[in-house]
Amino acid sequence: MERIPILRMGNYLLVTIQVDMHDKLALTLQDDLTNRISEVNAKGVLIDISSLEIVDSFIGRTLANIASMARILDAETVVVGMQPAVAITLVELGMSLPGIRTALNVESGMEFLRQTVMAYEGSDDAIGDSRED
Amino acid sequence: MSKLLETMRQSRESILQDWLTRLKSAVQRRDLISERDLVSQASEMVATLVDVPPGTTFEDFNSPAWQPLKAMLASLSVSRAMAGFTPSETAIFVLSLKPSLFGTARQQRGSDAEELYSDLLTINEFVDRLALHTTDSYIHGRDQVIVRQQEEMLELSTPVVTLWDGIVALPLIGTLDSARTQVVMESLLEAIVQTNSRFAIIDITGVPTVDTLVAQHLLKTITAARLMGAECILSGIRPQIAQTIVHLGINLQDVTTKSRLADAFRLALERSGRKVVRTENAVDRNAATQRGQ
Repeated sequence: MERIPILRMGNYLLVTIQVDMHDKLALTLQDDLTNRISEVNAKGVLIDISSLEIVDSFIGRTLANIASMARILDAETVVVGMQPAVAITLVELGMSLPGIRTALNVESGMEFLRQTVMAYEGSDDAIGDSRED
Repeated sequence: MSKLLETMRQSRESILQDWLTRLKSAVQRRDLISERDLVSQASEMVATLVDVPPGTTFEDFNSPAWQPLKAMLASLSVSRAMAGFTPSETAIFVLSLKPSLFGTARQQRGSDAEELYSDLLTINEFVDRLALHTTDSYIHGRDQVIVRQQEEMLELSTPVVTLWDGIVALPLIGTLDSARTQVVMESLLEAIVQTNSRFAIIDITGVPTVDTLVAQHLLKTITAARLMGAECILSGIRPQIAQTIVHLGINLQDVTTKSRLADAFRLALERSGRKVVRTENAVDRNAATQRGQ
């Protein structure tokens, strides 16, 4: 069965969507990704959709769902590299995806994830330390 | 009635001369058209008028025999519209032919008042129709000019300027309609991708009015930019427009707004971790100029 590969890089998961998304593929990705997040205890998820040229409302909603699910599983999601045409389509469809973090490219997306997760881990460690004390 | 046309064909020279005298005495914009052009246009029209196939009548305005005359008048009025003639000036050109044709009818009918009257009615109606046709063509010509200008305006519309590495600005000028906003939105988003900009400043100082539609277009653009990972700052909102926006109940809560483009630029610099400082050199140069004075 066709699957979108999920790469692990330390605490982060990288997903690069390079084929046309159809509904089933999106749902498979949602399953795989949530399983993977809890499996490796990921802190951040980066979804690169720069090769994605067609997006419908279902794919848009699935992306938003993935972001919400990841947040519940304690991972920050950032969607990077959305094409102008895709952005216009989503806006025209009335999907402004308020819950999704976005970045221009993989580089700035990773930078964002590092910053967020670092800030978070910093406070986490502090709590951990106080507990140990 | 083709007898009338026959008479005209015979006396075409006198009709042309008579008409030209009238044309020259009537207000004809000498600054827009040379006398030679006027004469050539008039003689061409008289020739097209009288040289119709036999059996053509003035009553049958829609007959194909009159097609060359109509086509000639159409191209004439379009060229006049381009040259800057008013519609009435263009119509007068045709209408001034009437008395010359009346003269021919009078010569032919002599003192037969009944016949003359019916001839005059026919000619009158025919020339009026010609004039109306000319005016229609004139308006059509003008419409084409307007359409062309609209297209040109759409094309020159909106440059996206790079203010700094990673900061682009879009100064909007003129009224925003749906077609134009689409172009604006696309060019801004393309520019964000090309220049890899994290910040986009939309300056609406040059936008005269903002209604719900324009505001909605702006919000769409801002949302689309956000989806791509860029942040939009709206600047140049004039007091009047701020009042309108609030009265219309448009929600700009989620949008960063600044009064001036400079403030928006400063904010973008700050958010990208930059700061503008005054350097010693500039102070020195100031002091030097002051000393020079």
